[in-house]
Amino acid sequence: MTAAEAEGRAVVIGVGNEFRRDDGAGLAVVARLRGHLPDDVCLLVSDGEPTRLIEAWAGAPVAVIVDAVRAEPAVPGRLHRLVLHRAGAAVAPPASSHGLGLDCAIGLAQALDRMPGRLILHAVEVADVGQGTGLTPAVAATIDTLAAAVLVDLDSPRRHPA
Amino acid sequence: MTHRRDRTLFTSGLARVEGEGAMYVRVDGSTVEEVRLDIYEPPRFFEAFLRGRSYTEPPDITARVCGICPVAYQTSACLAIEDACGARVDGAIADLRRLLYCGEWIGSHALHIYMLHAPDFLGFPGVVEMAAEHREIVERGLALRGAGNAIMELLGGRSIHPVNVRVGGFYRAPSPAELAPLAQQLRSALPLAVDTVRWVAGFDFPDFTCPHELLALADPGRYPIERGTLATSGGLAFTAAEFEQHITEEQVPHSTALHARLAGNGRGSDGRYLTGPLARYTLNAGSLPPLATQAAAEAGLGPDCRNPFRSIIVRAVEIVCAIEEALRLIDGYHPPAKPAVAVTARAATGYGVSEAPRGVLYHRYEIDADGIIRSARIVPPTSQNQRAIEDDLLRFVQDRLDLDDSQLTSVCEQAIRNYDPCISCATHFLDLRVDRR
Repeated sequence: MTAAEAEGRAVVIGVGNEFRRDDGAGLAVVARLRGHLPDDVCLLVSDGEPTRLIEAWAGAPVAVIVDAVRAEPAVPGRLHRLVLHRAGAAVAPPASSHGLGLDCAIGLAQALDRMPGRLILHAVEVADVGQGTGLTPAVAATIDTLAAAVLVDLDSPRRHPA
Repeated sequence: MTHRRDRTLFTSGLARVEGEGAMYVRVDGSTVEEVRLDIYEPPRFFEAFLRGRSYTEPPDITARVCGICPVAYQTSACLAIEDACGARVDGAIADLRRLLYCGEWIGSHALHIYMLHAPDFLGFPGVVEMAAEHREIVERGLALRGAGNAIMELLGGRSIHPVNVRVGGFYRAPSPAELAPLAQQLRSALPLAVDTVRWVAGFDFPDFTCPHELLALADPGRYPIERGTLATSGGLAFTAAEFEQHITEEQVPHSTALHARLAGNGRGSDGRYLTGPLARYTLNAGSLPPLATQAAAEAGLGPDCRNPFRSIIVRAVEIVCAIEEALRLIDGYHPPAKPAVAVTARAATGYGVSEAPRGVLYHRYEIDADGIIRSARIVPPTSQNQRAIEDDLLRFVQDRLDLDDSQLTSVCEQAIRNYDPCISCATHFLDLRVDRR
């Protein structure tokens, strides 16, 4: 049983790596939210590895993921909000266990009945994921907006209970 | 079947980052002319990043190289810094270090076996499809992964990029009472690990042999994990301090990763060598603990294993080994008087090696009298294996040229998965395709 399941807590998960510039956006949002969330919300960081994501969100009434995305065509700093009910179209398995990601986590969680009550993804399109620390200006400018959007998602079930 | 004379296969989807992991195969008529594996290497960035930092920082910084094997990076870093400073870590602190490393082996191997490798043998596109038909088997894999994570969380403070590791040992040592529930979880996991060996031993394996020299650590009296000296199947034996006398690295035009060669290799294979599960098992099978030895024998593993496809059996045996070792260490645990030994900086160079799940991981640090790192060198297992993987793929493709391009690409990707290369593990973002209609 996960901590979230044991306590019925919502969970916010920032996914990424702060040593690959804009890939650290999810972690920056988690850092921004620290100290500003109710006690009943778990705040976590993750590298996106599926079994850890499933362990983090299983049993949670709501899980909010914050991640960086590549897009074609790209508009760095553009935000996306997706409510995820199922995995995307099947993709070929990666060559390495390092390549397993969020899509695999959702598909596996569905197969094993370990999806959270609601799964929401906030994503920001990246400009630079090269080696180094620090976000590019376009992505850094979105962190406050993303943090606020996460708070809205966490708060909405309280205002509008099912 | 294709009847084209010239064929070129190119797969760029090896990593999350396009272009950072790719496979290229060139065929001329009935001859495979070239196989190239382009693997991006995060450690090279970290080598530069470490210069000018304090000698106490490498365990925390290098843990970020890999989300799956951070303990390997932390341990090799600690060993190298302690070597430079003349510090000796033994007793209960050394036991805790081995216990933490066992957690990483259990978790990493369970992830690879269940989430990536087994679906290939059972004909599923991936673990999601396998879970739909074999839910109880995938649940077993998650339970094993969870047991490994539990060790990491208790000893490391968290399962990803542990925060409780420091040069000289740990910031805090657990009490025996804290380890008791962990032992209970591991005792429950042990039969699951044995079942895993039996399960994977029943798969059908292509007949394939890798002829390369093998390189692994040796740790007298026990299976090498968190420490040791180096040994090869050709009879070479050397210490971590002598690593760069025997292993040379060179740039190649097609890859950002350096390629490693074993100097003085007697097999005439141009310095190619393999590190990782096959090498560890072949050079150390006699040091496995009792239950792992029995499981290996029942699985039909002989005194050596040189078929990369059967590496899935070796990984399963190593999970049994790691759980046995973890239980032994917990049963004999007496907390250390202090969680870490004092490590005082001095101007020196230190060397460290440990057995990451994917093979030997070497660190070297040169520090000055103020404890500032002047240079760092990290040689990860995947860059050491790259030339051997390319050679294996060339021979593997040569025997399968009757397949069409799509089938050939697919079986090549399966063959690469045998080695679980550490591809672009420093980056984790999603690919997003905008489909406008």
